[in-house]
Amino acid sequence: MGMTMTQKILAAHAGLPSVKAGDLIEAKLDLVMGNDVTTPVAVKVFDETGFTKVFDPNKIAILLDHYTPCKDIKSAQLCKTAREFAKRFSIKHFYDVGQVGIEHALLPEKGLVAPAEVVIGADSHTCTYGALGAFSTGVGSTDMAAGMASGENWFKVPSAIQVMLTGKPARWVSGKDVILHLIGEIGVDGALYRSLEFTGDGVAELSMDDRFTIANMAIEAGAKNGIFPVDEHTKEYVKTRVNRPWTSFAPDPDAEYESTVTINLEALQPTVALPHLPSNTRTIDEVKGMKIDQVVIGSCTNGRISDMRAAASLLKGRTVADGIRCIVIPATQEISLQCLQEGLTEIFLKAGCVFSVPTCGPCLGGHMGCLAEGERAVSTTNRNFVGRMGHTKSEVILASPAVAAASAIKGCLASPADL
Amino acid sequence: MVTGKVYKYGNNIDTDVIIPARYLNAPSPDELAKHCMEDIDTSFATVPHHGDIMVGGWNFGCGSSREHAPIAIQASGIACVIAASFARIFYRNAINIGFPILECPEAAEAIESGDTVSVDYKTGMIRDETTGKVFQAAAFPPFIENIIAYGGLLPYLKARQEG
Repeated sequence: MGMTMTQKILAAHAGLPSVKAGDLIEAKLDLVMGNDVTTPVAVKVFDETGFTKVFDPNKIAILLDHYTPCKDIKSAQLCKTAREFAKRFSIKHFYDVGQVGIEHALLPEKGLVAPAEVVIGADSHTCTYGALGAFSTGVGSTDMAAGMASGENWFKVPSAIQVMLTGKPARWVSGKDVILHLIGEIGVDGALYRSLEFTGDGVAELSMDDRFTIANMAIEAGAKNGIFPVDEHTKEYVKTRVNRPWTSFAPDPDAEYESTVTINLEALQPTVALPHLPSNTRTIDEVKGMKIDQVVIGSCTNGRISDMRAAASLLKGRTVADGIRCIVIPATQEISLQCLQEGLTEIFLKAGCVFSVPTCGPCLGGHMGCLAEGERAVSTTNRNFVGRMGHTKSEVILASPAVAAASAIKGCLASPADL
Repeated sequence: MVTGKVYKYGNNIDTDVIIPARYLNAPSPDELAKHCMEDIDTSFATVPHHGDIMVGGWNFGCGSSREHAPIAIQASGIACVIAASFARIFYRNAINIGFPILECPEAAEAIESGDTVSVDYKTGMIRDETTGKVFQAAAFPPFIENIIAYGGLLPYLKARQEG
């Protein structure tokens, strides 16, 4: 029986000729990542267990991105714990305010993930790097501590769902619409414990930023990881960023898939997820006009340069509607700088948006845009659970940057095609 | 073997309601426990739960990777969680911290809030003392059983490194 891409990567890292779905294996890790929320818990269990060294200070990344610049004293204490740990073990890839960006945008940007590598991160959206043809998955703090101590971790080899993408997406249809549509089709546990293996001629029509967005939200379907084939787009992306040898794997022709979902990209429309599950999807034309109070454009899902460009293309020469707060958050320092150099920052500011430093902030109701009782946001983030962005009686509608920007301008949930 | 009163919740109980992100900067498990489940059940954290049992539906613990979620439930005094299925990161986290979880769709369906339930971790047998119904949870694979026997992933790793 052949192997999927995910299975081939796991077999290679476990030193096994082959693996099959359900096997429990121990695999070598190329990178272990944590943030300001999850690292302190990992530090605590690392120290309590009595570990005195890390497996490789060059293969650990610690990024202070969630509640930074620190929103309060408790958050500052967490950052201090993470910072001191990074110093104690000379962690090479430690990013603090001034260098830090949102983890899942920054790691690929800095070339810290290459195709066919195995990455664990103490953050559920670590699955983002599947866009590069890597196996990456979110874990908890104890897994992070174990990974830092040993350079290995245990995995159950996942079975797979094949996602066949065909055709070319229409204008205003982006990676966000693809993944929301998929989650709407299969449900929030539709890929539980499994890998989502993207394939088909439609992949070539998706930019790396689109792929990052899609892989990022694989977890919202319950998936262990989402993974894309390595093609010319991937090679072009890693060429200037990854400065170590890397390899790639293609699935075997007889790889086993539990099921196949086919998505015709041509037929897709801008898609949103209504409260309170990412699977509660509608096309924009079914629900436009809903009242909103806030718009958030950013996050590990949609804070990349093409997201900023899409939003700016609509906001150029227009203004945010009265009564709407529009918060734009580029995901990294480099993206911030690009916004400045391309004139996007000026467009956002003139339109009446606020332009933030990189932070996870409002996505998880942390800071920089929490919602009050009864308020509703259109957001390019990844979760719309009860209370996610603030008050338990507030609501989040998940959308693409284009839909979010159009909504900010119209003052209600709106389609970019209607501007 | 534990016996406790059941607190039952629905499908897709996510980590944001188990422990809202606004409390993730809390310094201790006891602080987290004070806010456990409060966004869907304001009364849960107001009473002590020594040895009580939480029951959930499908995809329990979905969402964020925050280990604070099983930590908060454990610190609130809950002895174990029975669910129809668990989201995978929550499943790993619970095993890694040595917090017992049992996957059993039949039990998750039949057991009602307020029932008294006994759980035998060794055999995976679940008995609803209120209705007399008995259920069998899926057994852990030996590899995971071994981690649990050591009291979690890190003690297991440490023993192996020293072994």
